[in-house]
Amino acid sequence: MNNKQLTIRDYETAIAPTWCPGCGNFSIWLAVRQALVKLNIRPHEVALSFDIGCNSNGANFIKGYICHALHGRAVPPAEAIRWANHKLKAVIAFNGDGGGFGIGLHHFIHACRRNVDILYLTHDNQIYGLTTGQTSPTSAKGFVTKSTPFGNLEEPINPSALALSSDATWVGRGFAGEVQHLTDLIIKGLKHPGFAHLNVLQPCVTFNKLNTFDWFKQRVYKLEETDYKPTDRKKAWEKANEPNKLPIGLFFEETKKTYKDQIPQLAQEALVEKKLGNVDLTQAMKEFK
Amino acid sequence: MTLGINWKICGPAGFGIMSVGRMFAKTCLRHGWQVFCYTEYPSLIRGGHNTYQVHANPKDVKSQKKNIEILIALNENTIVQNQGELTDGGAVIYDPEKIPNIPDKKPSLKYLEVPLNKISKEICGTDLMKNTVAMGASLGIYQGELEILNDLIKEEFASKKGKIIQQNIEAAKKGYEFVGQNSELITGKPKLTKIKAPERILITGNEAVSLGALAAGCKFYAAYPMTPATSILHFLAKQERNYDMVVKQAEDEIAVINMAIGASFAGARSLCATSGGGFALMNESLGFAAIAEIPLVVILSQRTAPATGLPTWTGQGDLWHAVHASHGEFLRVVVAPGDSEEAFWATVGAFNLADKYQIPVIILLDKYTSEGPHSVAIFDTAKVKIDRGRILTQTELDKIKDYKRYQFVADGISARTLPGMKGGTYQANSDEHDEYGYSTEEAEVRNKIMEKRMAKLPALAQELPDPKIYGDKNADKTIICWGSTKMPALEAMKELNNVQLVHLQYLLPFPVDFFTKNINPEKSIVIEGNQTGQLKQLIRQQTGINIQHSLLKYDGRPFYPEEIVEAINKLKSK
Repeated sequence: MNNKQLTIRDYETAIAPTWCPGCGNFSIWLAVRQALVKLNIRPHEVALSFDIGCNSNGANFIKGYICHALHGRAVPPAEAIRWANHKLKAVIAFNGDGGGFGIGLHHFIHACRRNVDILYLTHDNQIYGLTTGQTSPTSAKGFVTKSTPFGNLEEPINPSALALSSDATWVGRGFAGEVQHLTDLIIKGLKHPGFAHLNVLQPCVTFNKLNTFDWFKQRVYKLEETDYKPTDRKKAWEKANEPNKLPIGLFFEETKKTYKDQIPQLAQEALVEKKLGNVDLTQAMKEFK
Repeated sequence: MTLGINWKICGPAGFGIMSVGRMFAKTCLRHGWQVFCYTEYPSLIRGGHNTYQVHANPKDVKSQKKNIEILIALNENTIVQNQGELTDGGAVIYDPEKIPNIPDKKPSLKYLEVPLNKISKEICGTDLMKNTVAMGASLGIYQGELEILNDLIKEEFASKKGKIIQQNIEAAKKGYEFVGQNSELITGKPKLTKIKAPERILITGNEAVSLGALAAGCKFYAAYPMTPATSILHFLAKQERNYDMVVKQAEDEIAVINMAIGASFAGARSLCATSGGGFALMNESLGFAAIAEIPLVVILSQRTAPATGLPTWTGQGDLWHAVHASHGEFLRVVVAPGDSEEAFWATVGAFNLADKYQIPVIILLDKYTSEGPHSVAIFDTAKVKIDRGRILTQTELDKIKDYKRYQFVADGISARTLPGMKGGTYQANSDEHDEYGYSTEEAEVRNKIMEKRMAKLPALAQELPDPKIYGDKNADKTIICWGSTKMPALEAMKELNNVQLVHLQYLLPFPVDFFTKNINPEKSIVIEGNQTGQLKQLIRQQTGINIQHSLLKYDGRPFYPEEIVEAINKLKSK
C-alpha cells in the first residue's frame, strides 16, 4: 500500500452506508476521506472517535483505528488517544448535535479550553435522527417535533459561538452541501496545531422538514468570498451569531501551545512507546520512610 | 504496663492534627516498631473534630484498637468526645491555658497538664508550635529518641526558611523535657526503644495503589477529586514527571473513565479512581470497555453511602455496586485488597489481568484503607512482572492476511493491535459487533461474540488465588471477611483460640470451589461493613451456602478488634 497512490477507496470498508438517500452524512463522509487523502494520511495513521447517532454509524463505513464510544462521549477518548500517542498523524472526534451539544456538551467546552490537538467535527442537523425525530439542542425555537408537538420552548445553542467563547483556537463552520469547501476546511482543521472545532450544517431529509437543503442554500454564504479575516475573536463571535444568514468557513484561528506542548513527558517519545518494567520506586517511597 | 503504644491526638480541623499524627507515627516507625494509624475527620476545612490514632508495638500490629492509653487533647471537645476511649489509668494530656476546666472528670483517668501554648510562645511568640511541643511530650512519655524526631522535623520543614527548623526542634525538646521532669507522666508506659527491624514504610492504601501503578508501568491516570480516592490523584500528579506518565484531572468521572479507555485503546496502561458517586457516573462506560475488550483498571474507594452519604467515613457498602456495575452481562475482576501491602500487589496484578484478559478490573478500597497509613515491608520491585497479554508486533501483524480484532478463538482472547500499526485497523465498537468490530444485530454472531467474551472465565478463575486462611485450619469457628476488615479481624485473632480467618481478596470471579470445600455455614460468621450482608448474600448466590452468622456495621466507622472478639465469644457460647 505504501508505494501505491492513496485514494479515498483505501478508506472504504466492507460495509455500505445505511444513511437515507440524500442525507448530509454522505458528503461529510466524502469530505473527510478526501481531506485525509490529500494530506496523504493512511488509515492506520489515524484514530477516529465516534459516538452514537446516524452520523456515528459512519464508524462502520470508514477505515482507521476507530473508537466507537457511547452516546455523547466521542471527545474524551479522542483527547486521551492524542495524549497516549501524539505521533498519530490525525485524531478526529465525531458527534452529532444531540451527543455533542446535549448529553456530552461539557466535554466540548473543556476540550476547547484544553487546546488538545484534535479535530472535532460535529454533524449538526438540528434534530435527533436515529431516535426518529426529537428536538435537539440546536433546534430552532418553536420547532415542532415528536417530543415538542407544541413547538420547542428553548433557544438553540450556537456551537461555533460557544467554541469561540470557550477559547477554542480554531473555529470553523461547514455545510454538507458544499463538499469541496468542507474538504478544505477539514484539511485546515487537521493542520491546525491545537483544538479545531468544525460544526457542519446538514439537512436531515427524513425528520427535519424545516432546515432543508433549500433552507440552507438561501442562508449560507462563504466567508472566503468576503473581506472577513479570521483573526479577531470578538468579530468571529459576531460573525458566528449573524442573524438570518449562515456564514461558512473559518471564523477564527490562533496559535497557542497545545496541551501536549506543555507536558515535558511528551516532548519526545509517545506514552505508548515508553518502556515498562524495572521501575525504581526509591524516589517515590522516600516520603514514607 | 502494656507492650504497645495506643496514642491519640485530637483537635479542630486546621490545627495540623493529620501532620502531627503522621509524624509521631513515623517516629515510632523509625524506632523499628510496627505502626497502624487510624484517622477521622469531617467533611469541612476549618473547625469540626479531627483525630489521629496511632497503635504501635515492636513486632506485630494489624489495626487500631478501640481503647487508647494517651489522649492529647488540643481542645475541650476532645475530652468530651474521646476520653471514653481511654482505658482505666489512661491519661489525658492537656494545656490548662487552653482548657481551664475539665468537663466530666473521670476518677479512673489521669489528667496531666503540659503547658503547650506557653512553651510554644516562649519559642516563637505564638501558639503555632503547640503541636510540635505535644509531639515532643508524647515522645517523652514513651522515652523515645529525640534525635529521630529531630531528623523528621528537618525533613518535614526542609523547604521552610529561617529559624523554623531550629524552633521546631526546640519546641519538641522542651515538650520532651517537661515530661521528663514529671515522672507521673511516664510511669507505667512502654518504652519506645529502638530495635533492629527490616526496612519498612508507613503508607496508606491510596499511596500503595499509586506505587503499584507506577511499578506496573501505568502511563495514564485520570480522576475527578472525590474523597477518599483523591490522594491517589495528589500522589500521582506529584510524581508524573518523575515516572514519565500523564495525569489528568478531568471535568467529571464520565470523562475520566472515557479518557482512560481512550488511552488504553491507544496502547497505554491506564487507570482511574473514584468513590461510589463517581463510580456510579462511570457505570455506563465500564460496559463500553467490556464490550470493546479494552483493558481498564478502575479503583473504587468506598465511603459511607448512599448519595453523598458520610463523605469522609468508611464502609463496605459498594460490593454489589462493583459486582453489578453497568448494564448487560460481562466478565470482570473485583479485587478488594486487605491492607496496603495487598493494595500494592493487587494493583500490579490488576494491570496484568486487564491486559491479559482484555477486561475491566475493579479494585475495591475504602476510606479506612485508602487513608489509614500502616507499616509494611518495603515493596520489592524485583518481583514485579509485567504481562501485556496478546498485543501483536508489526512483524506478526504483517504475516496476517485478514486481521480480525475479535476473532472467535477458543479461549476468547483475540490479539490486539494498537493505533499506528500497519494493517491492524479495526473498530472498538460500543455496538455489538462481529469479529472485525463492525456493528451487527445478527442473532448468531451476537451469541458467538458473547460466548467468546465469556470464554475467558475458566482461565481467569483458575489464575486468581483462593481466599487466604489465617490461623488454625482445623479450628471450630470461621470468620469470613473481605477487603479492609482483614486488618481488625487479624488483630482480633491474636486474642482468639480455635478460630480461623478466611479473607476474600478476589471476589469476582467468585471462588466457588473454595467455599464448597472449606466452609461450614453453621460454624461461620461473615463480618462486613454494610447493612445487608452483601458478601453473605454473594456467597449464597454463587454457592448456595447460607452462612448462619453475621456481624455488620454501617455507622461509618471501621470494625474494632474488640468488637470482633466479643462477637466470636458470643458465638462460641451459643
